[in-house]
Amino acid sequence: MRRDIVTSVIGIVVLTVLLGLVYPLVITGVSQVAFPGNANGQKVYVNGKLVGSKIIGQSFKTVVLEKNGKPKEEEKEVVTEADPKYFQSRPSATEGGAYNAAASTFSNRGPNDKATEEADAENIKEYLELNKPYDPGLATAKIPVDAVSTSGSNLDPEISPANARIQAHRIAAKRQLSVSVVDGLVSKYTDARGLGFSGEPGVNVLELNLALDRLTGGTA
Amino acid sequence: MTFSGWLTIVLFVVILSALAMPLGSYMAKVYGGERVFLTPIFAWPERFLYKVLRVDPKREQDWKSYAKSLIIFSLAGWLLLYVILRTQDAFFVPHAANPLAYHSAPWNVTFNTVSSFVTNTNWQYYSGDTTMSYLSQMLGLTVQNFLSAGVGIVVAVALIRGIVGRSGKSLGNFWQDLVRTVLYVLGPISVLGALLLVSQGAIQNFSTYLTAHTLTGVTQSIAMGPVASQEVIKLLGTNGGGFFNVNSAHPFENPTAFTNLVEMMLVLIIPAALVFTYGRMTGNRRQGYAIYATMMVMFLGAVVVAYIAEAHGSPAQHAAGLHTHVISGSGGGNMEGKEQRFGVAGSALFDVVTTVTSCGAVNSALESFTGIGGAVPFANLSASETIFGGVGTGLYSILLYVLLAVFIGGLMVGRTPEWLGKKLEAKEIKLAGLGILITPLAALFATALATASHAGRASISELGKGPQGFSETLYAYLSQSNNNGSAFAGYTGFIQPNAGNVGSHGVTFADVLGGLVMLFARFGPMLFALAVAGALVGKRVTPAGLGTMRTDNTTFVVLLIGVVILVGALTFFPALLLGPVVQGLTGHLY
Repeated sequence: MRRDIVTSVIGIVVLTVLLGLVYPLVITGVSQVAFPGNANGQKVYVNGKLVGSKIIGQSFKTVVLEKNGKPKEEEKEVVTEADPKYFQSRPSATEGGAYNAAASTFSNRGPNDKATEEADAENIKEYLELNKPYDPGLATAKIPVDAVSTSGSNLDPEISPANARIQAHRIAAKRQLSVSVVDGLVSKYTDARGLGFSGEPGVNVLELNLALDRLTGGTA
Repeated sequence: MTFSGWLTIVLFVVILSALAMPLGSYMAKVYGGERVFLTPIFAWPERFLYKVLRVDPKREQDWKSYAKSLIIFSLAGWLLLYVILRTQDAFFVPHAANPLAYHSAPWNVTFNTVSSFVTNTNWQYYSGDTTMSYLSQMLGLTVQNFLSAGVGIVVAVALIRGIVGRSGKSLGNFWQDLVRTVLYVLGPISVLGALLLVSQGAIQNFSTYLTAHTLTGVTQSIAMGPVASQEVIKLLGTNGGGFFNVNSAHPFENPTAFTNLVEMMLVLIIPAALVFTYGRMTGNRRQGYAIYATMMVMFLGAVVVAYIAEAHGSPAQHAAGLHTHVISGSGGGNMEGKEQRFGVAGSALFDVVTTVTSCGAVNSALESFTGIGGAVPFANLSASETIFGGVGTGLYSILLYVLLAVFIGGLMVGRTPEWLGKKLEAKEIKLAGLGILITPLAALFATALATASHAGRASISELGKGPQGFSETLYAYLSQSNNNGSAFAGYTGFIQPNAGNVGSHGVTFADVLGGLVMLFARFGPMLFALAVAGALVGKRVTPAGLGTMRTDNTTFVVLLIGVVILVGALTFFPALLLGPVVQGLTGHLY
């Protein structure tokens, strides 16, 4: 008994130092030298300013202002609306505004919940209002599922290629480009499946929008 | 459903089997004290650790002594983890260890969390990004990810020694087994795995959270941390507790479809390998193949059902007018709560991989799975870790079922049941039976208590109306009793209005009940498994005769699957009907 207690106490302390300090510090050290970009979150800078992480999704909506210049609020939440000249990310329901990457959360919308149907219906309405004027053939049945449902992390950096191709009509009109030029960019920023067979191809929204800005100049 | 989806599933199983076999042989050598290719590197540190820990590795332990060491060591781990988590904002903790100055979570949540990590459950009422300091994650949670995994593995090894033991009482030495597990198995794979994950985009740093100014002029705060080192052992040790709240759905934990494959492989590799270890240590590899076949059949069944169900989409989506089939440029399906890069197949497969094992990591929101898709994790948990299961726990769980199956088979043919030459008698069957019943008992009892009381129903989420609320509750206790840790995450035991725990409080009923369930359903079956080993180790071996029922052929595989399904179904079917089955079959919205 005493022997077990002594060994347990020494053991837990020694193993805690080995596995809880030495191991993570060694991994950190090697990672910072060998893969500094990845280890620090693949930060994206524009003109020296940090605009986000390549692999963390972000919102491309703008804050709606009241006439007095203050942000408009409804039910204590700041109202935002999609910036039509940017590709829009998937809906996100993190607390404290969409795409809050300091507090990731699941939306936990059940498959048989009325609330899920209502949330979907609202996202569908918004998606149609945004895109149908530029893509007259668009209907609810043609909307890719990812475009109107929240992701697992609520920080999904990607959208489906089908979603991007629908939005490409709007982007082309807003930026006075031809649809084929925008489609070309979409293809360029579409990640293939893992090892060629696993997962789904996805379009990195931040990279795509940055490429658009570079093409047509600035965020003005 | 897509061709690439099915291909992912098939290739995953093939690669897994190809890797698990050599690892299984390697582990058999490690626990048999044979020389392996890592011996030149680790022989010295191994001896050094024995010296520091004052362990005589040659001291042989009977089952009681082995169990005593295990319990006392786990208790020491429990106490240290509690202290670490409760003092994460104390004056002596350096700023770099807690750059966001997070306070400690209250006692009840900490009780749950500590019990959860020491039992290899990693059920999380807290959210990593808004609760834990970097030091708590490393020094506390990562360490228990290693050690609780090690404790599970050594029990399986001890049980095998009991089964094959020719005479005497010894099950080996707990400390030696634990040290070897850490040095020769978990350590090296973790180092390689962590670096592989970073090379693909997982993060590993001690920066404070980033503030970015997005293209549309909004500020975005981005969580950071030493993620990869914890991520890999969370999977490899079938622990499952994510660095971040959304676990392996988070792009910093699981950045690409390729890492998704790697992560699933890490989860299953040791549980699968141990089956081959068992075959090798019993001196009859076919014994291992038979168990592997049993597990694989049930595993594939679960994957197929989950994938088909999720590819179909949910009633709520159809009611909203969405068409969820595959179109050009979109895989379709129920993408609510799923990441684009994984798609439906990568999410369904991950879900099955982590719920058959006791991993409980998730890369998608289980609560948003369709009724039938969501019933799959329920069914997996109902099988009480016999389909691969947790590291070690899976093997000893299925071996208890093997004992039961041999006994039932013996009764059917009217002969004294024999297993690997050893006669099974009333004592072993009683011990195995009790060991098998503890987990379901804990799950159902706790669920009944939680649904029947106001204090229990307080944990059900706002959206969890009707059967969803029951599903959340049942899943919570099923997951905790199986030491799994995945969740229908709407169920809550922690109210946290602000990041960093200012003004937060726990839900005492859910926290304490859950904590007790985890401890009871972890150490109970473990002790029974060791007791079975103790009862078997001294038995004389008689050579197999003509009438001996074989445990390495197809007939036995069918019998074993039958026993597992029968016990699981009889215990849990009524409860499952009230939740996920109702939702899956009716398509009704609540």
